[in-house]
Amino acid sequence: MAYSFPEEVLEHVFSFLKTDKDRNAVSLVCRSWYEIERWCRRRVFIGNCYSVSPEIVIRRFPEVRALEMKGKPHFADFNLVPEGWGGYVYPWIVAMSVAYPFLEEIKLKRMVVTDDTLELISKSFKNFKVLVLSSCEGFTTDGLASIAANCRNLRDLDLRESEVEDLSGHWLSHFPDNCTSLVSLNMSCLGSEVSFSALERLVARSPNLKTLRLNRAVPLEKLSNLLLRAPQLVELGTGAYSAEVRSDTFSNLTEAFSACKHLKGLSGFWDVVPAYLPAMSSVCSGLTWLNLSYATIQSSDLIKLVTQCRNLQRLWVLDYIEDSGLEAVAASCKDLQELRVFPSDPFGAEPNVSLTEQGLVSVSEGCPKLHSVLYFCRQMSNAALVTIARNRPKMIRFRLCIIEPRVPDYLTLEPLDTGFGAIVENCKELRRLSMSGLLTDRVFEYIGTHAKKLEMLSIAFAGDSDLGLHHVLSGCESLRKLEIRDCPFGDKALLANAAKLETMRSLWMSSCSVSFGACKLLGQKMPRLNVEVIDERGPPNTRPESCPVERLYVYRTVGGRRDDMPGFVWNMDQDFSTFRDSQEQENGN
Amino acid sequence: MENYEANGLNLKATELRLGLPGTGNEQQQQDQYSSSSSSHQQNVKNNYNNNNKRSSSEIASSCDDEQQQQHDDGAPLAKAQVVGWPPVRSYRKNVLEKKNPESSMFLKVSMDGAPYLRKIDLKFYNNYFDLLKGLENMFKCTIGVYSEREGYNGSEHVPTYEDKDGDWMLVGDVPWDMFVTSCKRLRIMKASEAKGLVSPL
Repeated sequence: MAYSFPEEVLEHVFSFLKTDKDRNAVSLVCRSWYEIERWCRRRVFIGNCYSVSPEIVIRRFPEVRALEMKGKPHFADFNLVPEGWGGYVYPWIVAMSVAYPFLEEIKLKRMVVTDDTLELISKSFKNFKVLVLSSCEGFTTDGLASIAANCRNLRDLDLRESEVEDLSGHWLSHFPDNCTSLVSLNMSCLGSEVSFSALERLVARSPNLKTLRLNRAVPLEKLSNLLLRAPQLVELGTGAYSAEVRSDTFSNLTEAFSACKHLKGLSGFWDVVPAYLPAMSSVCSGLTWLNLSYATIQSSDLIKLVTQCRNLQRLWVLDYIEDSGLEAVAASCKDLQELRVFPSDPFGAEPNVSLTEQGLVSVSEGCPKLHSVLYFCRQMSNAALVTIARNRPKMIRFRLCIIEPRVPDYLTLEPLDTGFGAIVENCKELRRLSMSGLLTDRVFEYIGTHAKKLEMLSIAFAGDSDLGLHHVLSGCESLRKLEIRDCPFGDKALLANAAKLETMRSLWMSSCSVSFGACKLLGQKMPRLNVEVIDERGPPNTRPESCPVERLYVYRTVGGRRDDMPGFVWNMDQDFSTFRDSQEQENGN
Repeated sequence: MENYEANGLNLKATELRLGLPGTGNEQQQQDQYSSSSSSHQQNVKNNYNNNNKRSSSEIASSCDDEQQQQHDDGAPLAKAQVVGWPPVRSYRKNVLEKKNPESSMFLKVSMDGAPYLRKIDLKFYNNYFDLLKGLENMFKCTIGVYSEREGYNGSEHVPTYEDKDGDWMLVGDVPWDMFVTSCKRLRIMKASEAKGLVSPL
């Protein structure tokens, strides 16, 4: 068989293909292209660690340099997944320590990472460069010490929002004196104080450092020392932004900020003392990202700051900004693409700030590039949603959380079906949607009819019947992730759309009306799905078949049933007829 | 899902009720949801978790209710909280409450015969009564009332704890504040096995 090009040429051509989508497409052309491509694939992304086994990945892609992987379902962020559920990365690291000695990058999200794992990483991969642990847990600062001490060429150490058992700040001092390769360090999630002199020296000997996110314990008085040693920083996360108000601290800080000519992103800002905010004025006009979501300061101070940031593309802020602040944003930040407004008092019975749907409407009117929204508020109307939808038809991500479940349109007392319907009808490129408020089956009809590009949908306390779920599963062609809680969706819609689940990454349903019997049937009918029931009341077959399960997690997999399920998770294709006898044994685990 | 209350809030399935633990309100909740997922019941009792995402301290919200009911008569009370709602990540809640990570006290709690360990945050409880009620609800058992003379005589289960020195003590032997600082973990033992721990006079 004659090839048009020698393998080396094809390989070179393939090296220009960066996305998985393109590489996957190329692999399907013919067997020889499949073979060539698999030997030169360097980056692998696994959206669900249980969808495939390490062995299968290694067998197909023998020369991987970068792994990105996700573990727990998204709702784990909100305490809906019990401890011990899974998502352990250790078996992957063990397998890769043998198969991929040249591995350079590991990026994990919502996975359990232990100190042993970190130590193994630090010792197995001689050229290890990038470690990003996003919302991970299971490790301590001792594990970080291994990474610091042993990874000679470390470029990125990013612990974003991970839960780290903080034994001490001593880990930072484990970076050897000859480690000068750091480009990005994010330790903002850590509690303990690190040795400031160790930090200062580390920063001073890292000429390529572009991102530095400090933790709350780094005092404001010392921030200028760091900035003066790293004027090349592009992203900075401050520590606590508070100090006794003193003119020398203020002038040092001002001077340090003005030396940073390249700052594009700022975050941190715990415990803000407003008097110190003007110290950063010089960098405001260059900022494209500002994260003030920890800054508990009043609207007037926020306005003064934000209106100076005329090139802002991303703003994260607390609802202290209020409608008036968002109006100011709409007037000043014409390049704004993403807005996130977080609640300052999510559990209070009464609103503590004057932030309503009006703030979001203003921004949707004033910011022509707005395409990504996360907004917590306490009231909403269909009229507002329709306005937002018409203003911003290019919306890609729209996540609205009305704090009280099942709240109707506050003006008309109707459900918010029409409003969300307008969003999906007008915003034809919408990829992600989270809904709240009072919603009937009708909104799901709109979604099924119009949301053809929708990839991720989050539903809570909504709908009337199975028809709602059926509309979504049968209509949303691009759906990959569906997560549902506290909705009256049950067996019929799920079973009728079983095949759809193989086209998706995963489905999560908790506190719904899906029966054990239906879960069993689904598990048995669909061998390429793992149908897992999470139930802390004990084995599901100790209750009637019609009894709803607490939680259901369904995902497609080529890896078969997983072998690390804890005692409260059951795979539905197991044989329950013998299960009762082995129940004691299982519980003993 | 069609019946609204006067202010337009439909609270039915979220079970937002204000009541002391062990009162009729909870019975109502139990009956209402025995035919659907009983996690609704757990949801009501689960509180906002400050640090540990997987803490199962299910009673704190009712503790809050108790305290607030003691103060207010007509003013709105903080509602009993549903697990994971509103969807705010734990680390964000911490910041707003101006707590630092060191201020919570997570302890493992085991019960003889129960398959899973739980974790509670001692910071959520103000006294032994709250703690024991919390444990009773979490493990669906009865612990009863502590007496200096007889410990937990008469209960099926006896709460014990391991202190800083590694000794196993009966919960209630020492003043609450001392307990909070010295307790390393809890174990709910079967009464038959706990005989040696009944505090001697």
